[in-house]
Amino acid sequence: MPKPDSLQGSLDLLVLKILSRRPRLHGYAIMSAIQARSGEVLRVEEGSLYPALHRMEEAGWIRAEWVTKDNGRRARLYEVTAAGGKQLAAEESRWLAVTAAVNRVLRTV
Amino acid sequence: MSLWSRIVNVLRGDRLSREIEEEFQSHIDEAIEQGRDPAEARRAFGPALRLREESRDVRLIAWLDSLRADAIFGWRQLMKNKVISAAAVLSLALGIGACTGAFRLVDALLLRPLPVSEPEQLYALARQYIGAEGKPQTYDSWAYPSFRPMRDAVKGQAELMAISYSDRTDVAYGSDAEMEKAYRQYVSGWMFNSFGLRPAAGRLLTEGDDLKPGAHPYAVLSYDYWTSRFGRDPKVIGRTLRIGNDLYEIVGVGPERFTGTEPGTVIDIFIPTMMHPAVQIPDWTWMRTLARLKPGVALEPLRAKLDAISRAFEAERGKSFGGMSKQQIDEFLNQKLLLEPAAAGVSDLQNDYRTSLVALGVLVALVLLIACANVANLMTAQAASRAREMALRVSIGAGRWRLVQLVLVESAWLAFFAAAIGGVFAWWAAPAVVSMINPPHNPARLFLPADWRVLGFGLVLTVGVMLLFGLAPALRASAVKPVSALKGGEDPQSRRRLMHGLVAVQTAFCFLVLLVAGLFVATFERLSNRPIGFSPERVLTLETVTVSPQPPAFWDQVAEHLRTVPGVETVGLASSVLLGGWSWNNFISVNGAPPNGVLVYLLKASPGWAEAMRIPLIDGRDFLPDDTYPGAAIVNRTFAKAYFNGEDPVRKPFEVVFSGGKRLRFECVGLVGDVTYRDIRAPFLPQAYFPLHSIDAKGALQPIGQGTFIVRTSGANPVALASILRREVPRARSEFRVSNIRTQTEINQSQTVRERLLARLALFFGVVALLLAGVGLYGVLDYSVLQRRREIAIRMALGAQAGDVAQRVTADVFSMVLVGALAGLALGMGSVRYIAAILYQVKPTDPAMLALPSLTILAAALLSALPAIIRAVRIDPATVLRGE
Repeated sequence: MPKPDSLQGSLDLLVLKILSRRPRLHGYAIMSAIQARSGEVLRVEEGSLYPALHRMEEAGWIRAEWVTKDNGRRARLYEVTAAGGKQLAAEESRWLAVTAAVNRVLRTV
Repeated sequence: MSLWSRIVNVLRGDRLSREIEEEFQSHIDEAIEQGRDPAEARRAFGPALRLREESRDVRLIAWLDSLRADAIFGWRQLMKNKVISAAAVLSLALGIGACTGAFRLVDALLLRPLPVSEPEQLYALARQYIGAEGKPQTYDSWAYPSFRPMRDAVKGQAELMAISYSDRTDVAYGSDAEMEKAYRQYVSGWMFNSFGLRPAAGRLLTEGDDLKPGAHPYAVLSYDYWTSRFGRDPKVIGRTLRIGNDLYEIVGVGPERFTGTEPGTVIDIFIPTMMHPAVQIPDWTWMRTLARLKPGVALEPLRAKLDAISRAFEAERGKSFGGMSKQQIDEFLNQKLLLEPAAAGVSDLQNDYRTSLVALGVLVALVLLIACANVANLMTAQAASRAREMALRVSIGAGRWRLVQLVLVESAWLAFFAAAIGGVFAWWAAPAVVSMINPPHNPARLFLPADWRVLGFGLVLTVGVMLLFGLAPALRASAVKPVSALKGGEDPQSRRRLMHGLVAVQTAFCFLVLLVAGLFVATFERLSNRPIGFSPERVLTLETVTVSPQPPAFWDQVAEHLRTVPGVETVGLASSVLLGGWSWNNFISVNGAPPNGVLVYLLKASPGWAEAMRIPLIDGRDFLPDDTYPGAAIVNRTFAKAYFNGEDPVRKPFEVVFSGGKRLRFECVGLVGDVTYRDIRAPFLPQAYFPLHSIDAKGALQPIGQGTFIVRTSGANPVALASILRREVPRARSEFRVSNIRTQTEINQSQTVRERLLARLALFFGVVALLLAGVGLYGVLDYSVLQRRREIAIRMALGAQAGDVAQRVTADVFSMVLVGALAGLALGMGSVRYIAAILYQVKPTDPAMLALPSLTILAAALLSALPAIIRAVRIDPATVLRGE
């Protein structure tokens, strides 16, 4: 299991969140969305996105489908599954708990 | 995705890689479409190859995938050297197949529990006494009157069952003309119930069928016999069958898998013990006693109880032993009762073949080990030539275990194919060996199911073999040091040491196999060529029975008629055949003295019998037509030695002493040469022949119910006359019928069936072992010359002679062969005593027995070294040194 405070954990969270808002995105679009929504603060290492996606697919949180685009090339589109939705809720609350805790520490010390 | 999809992905690994590549490519294309610089986009993406592997590993089972890759790679490696791989597979297959076959035999005969409820509670009662040479001997035959009190005494603790030795007897379902042979066994009526068996048809025997002597003429057929003889016809219940003069009603059929309690014989007909003619005779031992212990009963107190009752019975019986001294009777009574585990049943075949089969199993295991050593050397040599490849794999990051796996998978291919071929071989070989066990007209029948026991053994053997020949090369290959290997300077000595060690092991095992094979062959040779005292060639034996006992004159009449048949030279008549496995013995007394404890072996014979058998008459005369029993006797040389201090006994009297003190007086009328009587392995026995015409106390001639005509034919092939003689006997007198015709040669040969079988199989495996060891030696020498060709070239360039080179190349290996041979010798000396019981007049310490394997191995070693030596001597220094 990915640790909640690791980069991997937050990557999963971000991907699930993006996909839950806008289903059926390909990898590049997911990456772009993370960058744009974070105001260009969070930059995903482009290649690392794919092992993460495949792992989440393997875990059953997202599913993928090949589609042929207008220019004739194929792209792989991802969407969240029911299990992925539950996972998102769990990861979100965990993330909030962790950040709240970190914030408390920053305020008191 | 599920586990299943990951397994499927292993099988479509290439497609998976392509898909991942495509997705990566579509990412970069998208980036370029968004207006990024292609080179920058690629750089930002990161190391595509590593990312692809990472994704792959997520989406399939990584270890399975690497196993698949190794399997394909290993397969290609094997295909590179098809001939060598095939040789390795075949030699391993022969070893694995022979071992599995031997296991099937050992399992079926000695280990497999009987198909009865709780077989582990079964024990056989045997008695142990101190034999002639001070060695303890056991026997398991019992008389019914001694069984009765034992059974009653242990009721509540164990159920005792009387089960006769099976015999092949004549059975008629219709007229006499349609007599056929079947295996009959007398069993206690309660046996079936005690074994928890259910009938397949009709009913089984019960305790109520086994109460009064002669009063229960019922028979139960075995399922096997019901199937083969009657095609499972349910109407057979209620039919009658006739054995001798007794009619039996068939009441039922036994359960499917139950074939009796004697592995090696499938019983056809079960009959209550009360129908046996000797059921009330205390001196006639004709049955085994099995005990089925109740749960929780301790063995030793039960044994002691049975022992006491048995001793009391024998002591009572001993009182009537006429003329034996007190000491002799005490010695006779000093027997200890044993309870031997009988979960797998009890049979003579077990006793005869236990040592032989185990010895054979060890031989084939040694052959398998030799084959393993060969393949291990082969793999080591191959690993050497692949050292650079291995080093490269290590330097690009392959783990040690990954390399072990790589080499082991290749071994697994070899083992897999060897096991498959070996399985087929075992499937064929085990029944083939069983069919050789007994003479063809009377084959041993052993069920050899190929069930989980056999499969499990084969599987464990295959994995064991794979680890045995694969693990050492695999570990060695994985321990490669990339720096030195890539420089090409790895220590070649260590690898050679392993190979040389294996050569020594091979030689040792090969020596042992050859030594044992030599002993078996010599045993068979000596047994076949020992003097037997009569001439079996051109002799037919006609075992003849009559409807009811007939006057001796009628028997003479039939003999006279047979003499007139064209092609017949002489005809004699005897109560039995020589070497037929049958014996009749008694004590005798000379000049009224008490018997000296040496048994005399007896046979009844007609005038002319000795001549027909070509037994030389040394003194006195043959029987005359009016000689009778008691009265005249012909004795042999050993008899004269045993009772007359070697003096000529002709015209001297002696008395046969029967239990109960009855004595019969005989006068020696003739002295003949010694013959083998019952067992061809036994020394000559003191023997006396009596006339067939016997008279009772009143002087009246007694009728005879069975006898054996001995017909010496003038033609070289006596079998040609068999069918004519079979017809002529009833033509002479219609009451007579031939129940069995055999040549005396065939009877003699059936005495050495086991020895012939062992000699043949041991010789075969001896040759295989020698061949394998020779090939192994050749391989090692060839490899070593190949590896040292630069050194040899330098030596030759510096002026070394061909002899020096040859010596240098072979010295190490030959010293290993010598070490191996000595180890084999020590091994042989240490272990041959286990098979001493099945050897005949040979000892492993005989110089000839030792010379044979030594010389053979030496010759094989020289022969297999020759190609390597020639190759070494022919090395051209200029070419080799320039080429490097």
